[in-house]
Amino acid sequence: MSDTVDAALRADAPPAAPLGGLRDFVRRYARNRGAVAGAVVLFGVLVLAATAPLLYPASPWQMTGAPFLHPFSPGFPLGTDSLGRDIAAGIAHGARVSLLVGSVSTVVAIVIGVTLGAVAGYHGGVIDDAIMRFTEFFQTIPGFVLAVVLVAIFHPTITSIVIAIGIVSWPSVTRLVRGQVLSLRSREFVVASVALGAGTLRIIFTEILPNTLSPIIVLASLMVASAILLESALSFLGLGDPNLMSWGYMIGAGRSLLRLAWWMAVFPGVAILLTVLALNLVGEGLNDALNPRLARRR
Amino acid sequence: MAKLARFLTGRLIKAAITVLAVLVMNFVLIRLAPGDPASVMAGEAGAADPKFVAQLREQFGLDRPLHEQLWIYMRGILQLDLGYSARQQRPVSALIAERLPGTLLLTGAAFVIALGCGVALGALAATRVGTWADSAITALALLAYATPIFWVGLMLVLLFSVELNWLPSLGMETVGAKLSGLAHLCDIGAHLVLPAITLGLFFMAIYARLTRAEMLEVADQDFVKTARAKGVREGRIVRVHVLRNALLPVVTFAGIQAGQLIGGSILVETVFAWPGIGRLAFEALLQREYNTLLGVFAVTAVMVVLLNLLTDLMYAVVDPRIEVAA
Repeated sequence: MSDTVDAALRADAPPAAPLGGLRDFVRRYARNRGAVAGAVVLFGVLVLAATAPLLYPASPWQMTGAPFLHPFSPGFPLGTDSLGRDIAAGIAHGARVSLLVGSVSTVVAIVIGVTLGAVAGYHGGVIDDAIMRFTEFFQTIPGFVLAVVLVAIFHPTITSIVIAIGIVSWPSVTRLVRGQVLSLRSREFVVASVALGAGTLRIIFTEILPNTLSPIIVLASLMVASAILLESALSFLGLGDPNLMSWGYMIGAGRSLLRLAWWMAVFPGVAILLTVLALNLVGEGLNDALNPRLARRR
Repeated sequence: MAKLARFLTGRLIKAAITVLAVLVMNFVLIRLAPGDPASVMAGEAGAADPKFVAQLREQFGLDRPLHEQLWIYMRGILQLDLGYSARQQRPVSALIAERLPGTLLLTGAAFVIALGCGVALGALAATRVGTWADSAITALALLAYATPIFWVGLMLVLLFSVELNWLPSLGMETVGAKLSGLAHLCDIGAHLVLPAITLGLFFMAIYARLTRAEMLEVADQDFVKTARAKGVREGRIVRVHVLRNALLPVVTFAGIQAGQLIGGSILVETVFAWPGIGRLAFEALLQREYNTLLGVFAVTAVMVVLLNLLTDLMYAVVDPRIEVAA
């Protein structure tokens, strides 16, 4: 008996994430040439971040050459800063901070956003109302200013930066997940699961959330990009972790020396630009590949 | 009409609740800030003997229970009292009032640039879908969307101030020039160009993409086909039938986004030493002046709420269908 119900459920369930269609996925993704370029650049940044301690074993804060060496100086392809620190080493080590902060703060935002969104969408009524008012409030207040205030008050450490970025970026996840859950809740495979006596948590986690995965993945890739921009802005203002070399800090340090040493501010900015651009392109490619029905018109 | 009134009353109540919530949050954040405010103040006054600290604590009501403190704080805010900046020896509200016009000028100019250029570029791309112009605009928007705003500012300074020496890069007017009348306005205008473009560029990219998408959406609808079948000229179709209908969501979105513009102005004002509340926040940050920092946060949040209210108002006036939606 239970076997037949299970089989019926499976027949009714929408096709789960295209596991069997991996080749399909790659084909659809590769059709977007920008997305392929983005993936290549992103892979390059990942490799740079992973190999930074091997390429530049010395601390990026350490003086390794004469100050103000121009780019393309022997041994210092990107030049040195006012204290003789290697810009290339700073960029390699900064990649670790950017990627770490970008991805961990996105995880924080997704955890908050999915939890609130799923609860709001599944329960509806007063709970939904309360959560959505709360979400709207966070969407209204200026996020960047709030992040600055939070990091300043809790002292700039990598943890406070990650939490602050997470706190200002979860609302879009909540809205997305709530909408998805609302539309899935009344679908037959969910109703059948309720009829079978499954608990609320079980239904949310095993029936509903797996079906909202692809839009969340697309949103997450875009959120990592904006988190990296946010982190660089914070550390540009002097709110970076004082123990970690980051791209935003390097630009901030080069700001007052712009007339003297343009390369100090230019190269870290190019690094941010390339990384964020790559992530945005990857996000678009994932959107084309995961939501073919919703793919943008060309 | 009654529906419209109800819609607006609802929005007003919502705005009031949001402002109230911001103030409560501000109060909590002030209490979380490191250091007991009284001992911080005593330290800055150069005297830390316990008697003086106790006196300060009583004077500012810090010895009362928390809910009474919140009440005192709220009452103060209603009288435009945002606390006192010990470093500057002036009330925070006076500091902010002095800097507010600078920020309003900068964000206003940036908003006009962003919306004007964004809609123009988006419309250009939408009417030439698939051509090189469309690709170029799309690529430009993608690029502007991925560039850190403060870095754009520095690069513009590098190009137009350091290399070409065309435009000033610091401040709002030439120091000590004592200009008046038209010359003074031109001076401020010249100082405004780079910061306004810097702040506007990112939002221009967003509006361009949105305008393009909305116009393509509208262009597919039946009334456009009807107009074409009636023999309406193509230019008129684009302007009257497509662009006007596409504009409404763009303007609404822009109104909601205006808050982010104010956040971005902290960075731009820091880069260009522009005398606004963003620069004030940065200075407060360097001196660990939490009162001033939180005052700026409260003021920006209230400005955002007011802007959203204004957008709702405009929306209700422009689009009669709002009655259905409300």
